Amino acid sequence: MTRPLSAPLDVGFDYTRSLGPTLGRFLSDLRRRRVTGIRGSDGRVHVPPLEYDPVTAERLSEFVEVAATGVVRGWSWTPEPLEGQPLDRPFAWALIQLDGADTSLLHAVDAGSPEGISTGARVRARWRGDRVGAITDIECFEISDAPADPPAEADDVTMVTTPVNLHYTHSASPTEDPFLRGLMEGRLIAQRCPECEKVYFPPRPACPTDGVPTTDQVDLADRGTITTFCVVNVPFLGQRIPPPYVSAYVLLDGADIPFLHLLLGVAPEDVRMGMRVEAVWKPREEWGPTMQNIDHFKPSGEPDAPFDSYSQHL
Amino acid sequence: MRDIAVVGFAQTPCVRETDGTTNGVEMLVPIFHEVLGGLGLTKADIGFWCSGSSDYLAGRAFSFVSAVDAIGAFPPIAESHVEMDAAWALYEAWVKLLCGEVDTALVYGFGKSSAGQLRRVLAMQLDPYLVTPLWPDTLGLAGIQARMGIEAGLWDERSMAAVAARSRAAALSNPLAQLSGTVSADELLDLPYVAEPLRRHDCAPITDGAATIVLAAGDRARELCERPAWITGFEHRTDSPSFGTRDLTTSPSAVAAGKAAGADGVEVAELHAPFTHQEILLRQALGLGDDVGVNPSGGVLAGNPMFSAGLARIGEAARRVHDGTASKVLGHATSGPLLQQNLVCVMEGRE
Repeated sequence: MTRPLSAPLDVGFDYTRSLGPTLGRFLSDLRRRRVTGIRGSDGRVHVPPLEYDPVTAERLSEFVEVAATGVVRGWSWTPEPLEGQPLDRPFAWALIQLDGADTSLLHAVDAGSPEGISTGARVRARWRGDRVGAITDIECFEISDAPADPPAEADDVTMVTTPVNLHYTHSASPTEDPFLRGLMEGRLIAQRCPECEKVYFPPRPACPTDGVPTTDQVDLADRGTITTFCVVNVPFLGQRIPPPYVSAYVLLDGADIPFLHLLLGVAPEDVRMGMRVEAVWKPREEWGPTMQNIDHFKPSGEPDAPFDSYSQHL
Repeated sequence: MRDIAVVGFAQTPCVRETDGTTNGVEMLVPIFHEVLGGLGLTKADIGFWCSGSSDYLAGRAFSFVSAVDAIGAFPPIAESHVEMDAAWALYEAWVKLLCGEVDTALVYGFGKSSAGQLRRVLAMQLDPYLVTPLWPDTLGLAGIQARMGIEAGLWDERSMAAVAARSRAAALSNPLAQLSGTVSADELLDLPYVAEPLRRHDCAPITDGAATIVLAAGDRARELCERPAWITGFEHRTDSPSFGTRDLTTSPSAVAAGKAAGADGVEVAELHAPFTHQEILLRQALGLGDDVGVNPSGGVLAGNPMFSAGLARIGEAARRVHDGTASKVLGHATSGPLLQQNLVCVMEGRE
């Protein structure tokens, strides 16, 4: 059996978060090339600062300025950096105890090679030129006995934006695969549940009623009945058609599940439940493994279907 | 309190990459069939369903809702989900049974780790303000922990390699394992580092897979299973997410969960240790002596299906009670970075 169709899927979002008084102070100070910790219930100075004590859960509020230099307490070597990491050449991840702090901060150390770093090594922050109030305002740490660059003036920050970009390979299921390949040939292939005999279009990996894989392939014609619909009057980002237009649930003849598609060729006020429709396909040279091969549905001119014929599919 | 037991367990083979979707349906349908069929049950006999999985792993929203297709949820079922390893879903189901609302529960976990880049995806479980923006990867973080233990004299690269060698040898008897074989620690130590001080064998493989457990209470458990694995202790604890604050060479949450669950006297322990040094750490934290059989299945170093591997540890441990080879066993699960959260389930057979 050939492997099911698959395609790259990139998921990205810029998470934007408010910082509150503790992290807001820490990141505002990083922007000023200063490092601020917080004193815990037991007197330890936590860097990065914690909002609540990790042992007593007491709210913490006594900020303590520490140095931007410190000592490596533990490290590992990254020979091949991944997307988004602080450096694009081999580097060390390290827990760094800054001078004046009692706990450790995770960051990268630009040490050149594993021979260039050891536990106990002295490091200093390498500050980014364009600081925005983020942990990445420290570009990385570097092996050095010297002090870090002196503080600079900068405004407070109250928000932090973290872009997240993840990359996947999305696979079609074994039942979606013939459906998608069928679309490339202008066929509408559904699957029938072997137990309840319901016909699913698009197919699903398992019948949601019986929990068994759907195994029987069923070819459907490209015409059906509107079970329900809505008139879209509201403009939105990415809209392809000027409103008003009709989004309709189409129940293909022989199928048990309607799907959402576009209905054109009829005034919105004339659309009704039970209206018979047929597919209007795009030109064949534009077909791919997608339902977008059907440009839209239009009224077929047949008499309306009786309510009983689709009442179980609403 | 009601007596509750693990009465059934099934899992998929652990494989590097499956063809299926990220909603797990293709993996779940056969193991539901296996576990229910083995007990003579149908879906109508299950009072509560609970799952563990992750949308970040799946790369899609509500993958756990799509997964419900594998059950055939009609008429409607009582169902819940945790965005954690399914061992925590088992805990929720156990509490549900303790409350007396239902007598049976089916718990499942699934994950297709191969769909994305697991080392990056897991950065999403870190502090989103100060840690995730650096994109620390799992191997880089575990390498720091391993080195701290090495430098504290708690373990060394040789004892870590010995854990990997023992895991692969044990997995020879596990037909569902991804990695198995006879290899010596010396041979493993000749291989290059992937995140010094970690070598490839120190890190659990990337695995697609799923697992399921059926719980039953009291007489229902006795009807369904000749030798139920009665849960005598079930606890989970968590450490601070700020790992620069923690002593990474131990795990206070594992110590606390093990004490509270009554880990003393177990004969077999299945530990969820995705890195070799973490098995050594957990053995110590749970007070497991040399006489305790650790990870007879090979553990997660032989196959690490995300979000079901912890549940499978409890299932593997329970199996030793079911088949009469042990009378007191322990299943452990972890979640979060560097053993931050730990769960211990102690089970006993009764004559």
